[in-house]
Amino acid sequence: MIRAEKVTKRFGKLIALDKISVECEQGQSISLIGPNGSGKTTFIKSILGMVVPDSGTILFDNKDIRNNWNYRRTIGYMPQIGQYPQNMTIAQLFRMMKDIRKSEHISYDEELLELFEIPEIMGKRMRTLSGGTRQKVSASLAFLFNPDVLILDEPTAGLDPLATEILKEKIRKEKTKGKLILITSHILSDLDDIVSEVIYMQDGMIQFNKSLKQLKADTGEENLAKAIANVMRNS
Amino acid sequence: MNKMVKYVMIDILRNKMVLGYTLLLLIVSLSVFSLDDNPSRGTISLLNLILIIVPMVSLLFSTIYVYNSTEFIELLVTQPIKRSNIWTSILAGLMSSLCIAFFVGVGLPVLFFGNSQTGIALIVAGLILTCIFVSLAMLASVSTRDKAKGIGLAILLWFYFTIIYDGIVLFTLFQFSDFPMERPMILFTALNPIDLARIMILLKLDISALMGYTGAVLKDFFGTTWGFGVTLSAMLIWAFVPAWISLRRFKSKDL
Repeated sequence: MIRAEKVTKRFGKLIALDKISVECEQGQSISLIGPNGSGKTTFIKSILGMVVPDSGTILFDNKDIRNNWNYRRTIGYMPQIGQYPQNMTIAQLFRMMKDIRKSEHISYDEELLELFEIPEIMGKRMRTLSGGTRQKVSASLAFLFNPDVLILDEPTAGLDPLATEILKEKIRKEKTKGKLILITSHILSDLDDIVSEVIYMQDGMIQFNKSLKQLKADTGEENLAKAIANVMRNS
Repeated sequence: MNKMVKYVMIDILRNKMVLGYTLLLLIVSLSVFSLDDNPSRGTISLLNLILIIVPMVSLLFSTIYVYNSTEFIELLVTQPIKRSNIWTSILAGLMSSLCIAFFVGVGLPVLFFGNSQTGIALIVAGLILTCIFVSLAMLASVSTRDKAKGIGLAILLWFYFTIIYDGIVLFTLFQFSDFPMERPMILFTALNPIDLARIMILLKLDISALMGYTGAVLKDFFGTTWGFGVTLSAMLIWAFVPAWISLRRFKSKDL
């Protein structure tokens, strides 16, 4: 579904992505793991077209995403730090987003919106929201349009335990619908029962890309956190 | 497209700056016209004020606005919207709201008090100047990520076109005073949109005789319908080219 071929991106001297080649298929749920500054967010942003790679191509449903924008209809994206127009209320934000993406959807998936109890604070302006509430808004927006692909960048950072559980439950539910889910997170215990594949990145390169089962077998550990710790120690 | 322009316009109008700008222009033009009985003299006084205020406000407001909508832009690029659509919507929103402000603040008083060919020229020149400097502001704000640098660049541009450029031209004229400089002057003028606007209006006023031989040459060139057309196209190029460059840069910008 998403295929990256030798994607390279430099920021000045820093090589953020170094000839990354990945293939992601429908129904997979993939976790991108790696130390800070290893290029995870840059990679996600290049899939979304926010960062333009210096070389290499990214194909979405076999179509090059360069100068293409329509493919984003099928993506729900939750950013690491949600940036929203400061003066808008939550209600205005949702109304605008629905208006912008109107032509494509009849039914909205407002489950998260309800579970996070956002309707009760609809009148609040975005700038008055706490970091966690903002994350909740980001998450609800990502799931709102029932997209085929979910890209979640540090989804649980800043959420309270209850909200984290709600979000994880929702991700699991969407996974069973056969959606492609791409998650980055440093809280590996959150990912354990969600992901099926693991991509480990370091210094802009992919160190390995294998299924969770395979990784556990290779390292002889029982859970993801220990397995990754094992890998990091030995690399 | 129209949807996006709508949201940009709502956002700009929610900002009280544009309203304040309209009121400022309104106060300036009303006081100028009520101080002077002669509407054509009033138009000249107004011209000098406008040539300073309009470029400055258009540049600064637009630059600051674009920087303040970084979040808005970042949100929109992750949605199924063309990048060029986002950028042109911001451009169109800024141009139209500032042009409306100018038309209400200056256009209406001029039409009411000093309705003449000069008055019309003043309105047209002011509207195009607004577009030119919004377009330059878009270029300044796409050039650097740093808000302080971007605003600094905008101030520098304003300073350059209002003061430094004229200084350079005067200096050149002085250095080459032994040579006929009248024709090169036409070129020099075309390189500064503010000068273009000034000449476009002054020549309608029939006081070019005061400007000596250069004035006569300018009048010969700019005073004709053809010259007026050239001036107008030069100004439109000034409005179009920076916007176009900024759009090309925005399309491949990393956010």
